Amino acid sequence: MEPEYLEKELLIRGTEINYLFICKTKLWYFAKGITMEQESDFVDLGKFLHEKSYFGEEKEVQIGTINIDFIKRKNIIEIHEVKKGKSMEKAHEIQALYYLYYLKRYGIEAKAILNYPKLREIKEIILDGREGEVEGAIKEVEKIKSMPNPPKPKKSKICKKCSYYELCWI
Amino acid sequence: MRKKALTLFSDGYLFRKENTLYFENVNGKKPLAIEGIYDIYIYGKVSISSQALHFLAQKGIALHFFNHYGYYDGSFYPRESLHSGDLVVKQAEHYLNPEKRLNLAKLFVIGGAKNIEKNLSKFGVKVKFDDFLEELNDAEKITEVMNIEGRMREEYYKFWDETLPDEFKIIKRTRRPPQNEMNALISFLNSRLYPTIISELYNTQLTPTISYLHEPSERRFSLALDLSEIFKPIIADRIANRLVKQRIIKKEHFRDDLNGVLLNDDGKKIVLRAFNEEMEKSVKHPTLKKNVTKKRLIRLEAYKLIKHLTGQKEYEPLIAWF
Ligand code: SF4
Repeated sequence: MEPEYLEKELLIRGTEINYLFICKTKLWYFAKGITMEQESDFVDLGKFLHEKSYFGEEKEVQIGTINIDFIKRKNIIEIHEVKKGKSMEKAHEIQALYYLYYLKRYGIEAKAILNYPKLREIKEIILDGREGEVEGAIKEVEKIKSMPNPPKPKKSKICKKCSYYELCWI
Repeated sequence: MRKKALTLFSDGYLFRKENTLYFENVNGKKPLAIEGIYDIYIYGKVSISSQALHFLAQKGIALHFFNHYGYYDGSFYPRESLHSGDLVVKQAEHYLNPEKRLNLAKLFVIGGAKNIEKNLSKFGVKVKFDDFLEELNDAEKITEVMNIEGRMREEYYKFWDETLPDEFKIIKRTRRPPQNEMNALISFLNSRLYPTIISELYNTQLTPTISYLHEPSERRFSLALDLSEIFKPIIADRIANRLVKQRIIKKEHFRDDLNGVLLNDDGKKIVLRAFNEEMEKSVKHPTLKKNVTKKRLIRLEAYKLIKHLTGQKEYEPLIAWF
């Protein structure tokens, strides 16, 4: 198996990749360790991979900020996520891609399925051919993390529910 | 439910049994809802089991201890959980760079000065501290800033005194030991405010030991001293003012001691109740456009500092609009 540090890295990066498509200010603060109360507990992805990934169906698995609602093991592993709406679609998608990207590094073939029950839609996500997107996102994350100051916050609908609201708008 | 500060005033025993925290005193054993506790302030003689301490540490709850006279003694601080190496570096950088440090030090004093002006106008004295503010502007050293702050405070007490009832004149502000009632009252309140600020800082990534106006060597949590410049007038002084003018606190709530004049137990209880109520009071925040408690204002001040340190936005001290 891969060494421990990779798993740790992977855990953080997953959240960061997600934040890249949600808010760059949030990404910067988070990456610098300036986190808000609610943000502190996430499950160790590495541990999860070791213990859980080879079984049939696993429900309500939390990896980073992704809630994997269930995992199915068919001929290949399916990561299922149930989402309410598509407002964060890009973030959901890229994070799913990102996990697929790393699962592949662990030698695990998988695909992800985003379920939108309210919209009666599903979206299947496979990595093949999209590795570049993930790598591009990783680069972009690195770029933002290397900025000396946080990007200026931009007010949007999601700010109201964001745990950084007070920090951004005080 | 909003978590609240818990004050233990009586003597007793704090312990854990299974997943419940209990406080036992002469009146019996009382379970404490741990999920509702933000931090704990201990004034009585309290024994604490190590299991209770483990439990509190696990929940991130700080304990602040006060001595027999009601003055802050120290804190039991859960292992720090929020770290940001980047922020520590930036905090240190702002300390080591004389210009950056001086700028921040002045901002704390300016905030304090404006809040003092605001207090005086509320108390019915019209006075401006423009001269002091100008002097402050030209100050080139931290010691000068400190000196101006000290003189301004003396002026403040003189003007405030004009509005205070005879038996509660500050006359000359004395600290330890306080020589009269009003001094005792103000000291007691400041002593309660300081660990409240420490608790707020604990919940951010700021390092409470790196400060700007006060020397980091002065006290362990010197950044809390810096912030108290802003909050002492609008929290502690206002409570003191109200308590004596509304005759809620009277002469009989004090006692003489070898150590000067002190609040007696009834007095302490009244003041602590007033303090806790005050911290839970909400005011409408002009820029956040929502209600925030007075306690939350301290946290917000810490956030403004984080933004200053990370180059997001120049720090502007809180000037009371309420
Ligand atoms: S409050 Fe808005 S701008 Fe700030 S981090 Fe959250 S989403 Fe981004």
